[in-house]
Amino acid sequence: MVKRIMEKFYVGLILLFLYAPIFVLIVLSFNQAKSRSKWGGFTLHWYRELFKNKYIMNALYTTLIIALLSALIATIIGTVAAIAISSMRKPPRTILIGITNIPLLNADIVTGLSLMLLFVALRFTLGFTSVLISHITFNIPYVILSVMPKIRQLSPNTYEAALDLGASPIYAFFKVILPDIFPGVLTGFFLAFTMSLDDFVITHFTKGPQINTLSTKIYTEVRKGIKPEIYALSTLMFIAVLLLLVIINRRNADKKDTIKKFD
Amino acid sequence: MKLFNITNTKTNSSSNKNGGSSLGNDKVKWLSLPYIVWMIGFIILPLLVIIYYGLTSGNKLKNLFTLGNIRLILDPTNFKALRLSLELSLISTLICLLLAYPLAMILSRSRMKSNNFIVMIIILPMWMNFLLRTIAWQNILERTGIINTVLNFLKLPTLNIINTPLAIVLGMVYNFLPFMVLPIYNVLIKIDKDVVAAARDLGANSIQTFLKIILPLSIPGVISGITMVFVPSLTTFVISTILGGSKIILIGNVIEQHFRVGNWHAGSGLSIVLMFFILVSMAILSKYDKEGEGGSLW
Repeated sequence: MVKRIMEKFYVGLILLFLYAPIFVLIVLSFNQAKSRSKWGGFTLHWYRELFKNKYIMNALYTTLIIALLSALIATIIGTVAAIAISSMRKPPRTILIGITNIPLLNADIVTGLSLMLLFVALRFTLGFTSVLISHITFNIPYVILSVMPKIRQLSPNTYEAALDLGASPIYAFFKVILPDIFPGVLTGFFLAFTMSLDDFVITHFTKGPQINTLSTKIYTEVRKGIKPEIYALSTLMFIAVLLLLVIINRRNADKKDTIKKFD
Repeated sequence: MKLFNITNTKTNSSSNKNGGSSLGNDKVKWLSLPYIVWMIGFIILPLLVIIYYGLTSGNKLKNLFTLGNIRLILDPTNFKALRLSLELSLISTLICLLLAYPLAMILSRSRMKSNNFIVMIIILPMWMNFLLRTIAWQNILERTGIINTVLNFLKLPTLNIINTPLAIVLGMVYNFLPFMVLPIYNVLIKIDKDVVAAARDLGANSIQTFLKIILPLSIPGVISGITMVFVPSLTTFVISTILGGSKIILIGNVIEQHFRVGNWHAGSGLSIVLMFFILVSMAILSKYDKEGEGGSLW
């Protein structure tokens, strides 16, 4: 009994540690005082201001567009690559998977800097496209690693059966393979989108002066003080994701294989 | 953030075990061509470029091979920054491990209806921008911050945490703790309950069961977690900028500064040193990971 209480207490402490800063940020979004170290009373002012601030709205737009495009392109390249890689024999497959792991294991700062140097060496202007290419690059591994396990679970017989029954390989792919690996493809897309949304370091080095994502916008404000509108925006985004996850979780709660989504 | 690698420690190795083609069509492998081109162009080539920059002098007239940029690490300030980075990231990794293992054990034994829920709670904070969450720690730690307000109210002495190495360690532990919890948790829930029960039946007490059964079986998760915490801690420049003030300089800050002022060759040389340390740490870790299931060496 005592052990149970101790365990609950421990989990509670860790959760407090993980959620305390988020609580602080949500409180700050309702703070009337512009400084983050004083409490000046409750207000919804920053939520109204947020939508009028075109710099923040632009950064949000860039962030979302890059996240969406990079996740989409990475999902297509990655899914096709995962199918191809799993059809290979061992030596080339091991090498390809090894190279796929590089962006996952290497330091973000090195990945970002090396891409920047490459763009500069190729006389490629840093901007939207260079950020997009970089995001696709670090997103592809997440897609491949989430699609791969699904391909391994595939039974090769169904695909062969479809071919025997006269389906073309492309038709068989869309009718037989894709539906089976779709959960993995979706997980990959979702992960890629999140990683892109949250990235700061790689964007910081590859973005050039003209554009800003939310992360880089926040970084430029670290020294002079964060605009309270940013707190309002991140509170809205956090609550949106929270609601989304609660809904997904509710819907999946009935199914028994909920864990698979994260497998 | 490298969320996926954590939740998926087994991907690399198990795909290797499955021999031959699953789709049975030799032409299929040519579909990997776009990806191979992309990887060569945007993973391999950039690394070669940064190595080239690191090993050349950047002199317009005579761009010669040099080890000067690498030797910059021996410069006292840079060396100090590297040593501090190594110290702080090792301490952070150790604290993460000590905090995460018991948590993962409690969570893995809990009779929660869905594991998904637990994973969700641990990763949910990561959806709020990590710069903002780190800035929020300023609010909690600073001289007039939340902790000190509470301490003052209780008539206790003020704590000076902000802009010290302690604040940076706290920021690292805070930001990377989920990356330690999830892989360990994922390994623990996969341990066969019958194996544990068998050990108990054969007379092992709970400590023996832990040391002889659970701990060895959870090593792949621990290794994965250590990699996921150590590498980002070692290379961060954001956490030290936000929580360390301007006085504490980590190796990540040194590299970032070199690039900010256009000193690319020096920055690249130090990046090579950083990559060397990442490679060494992975080589050491892969030794302990007998089944090769961890982050697998690249």
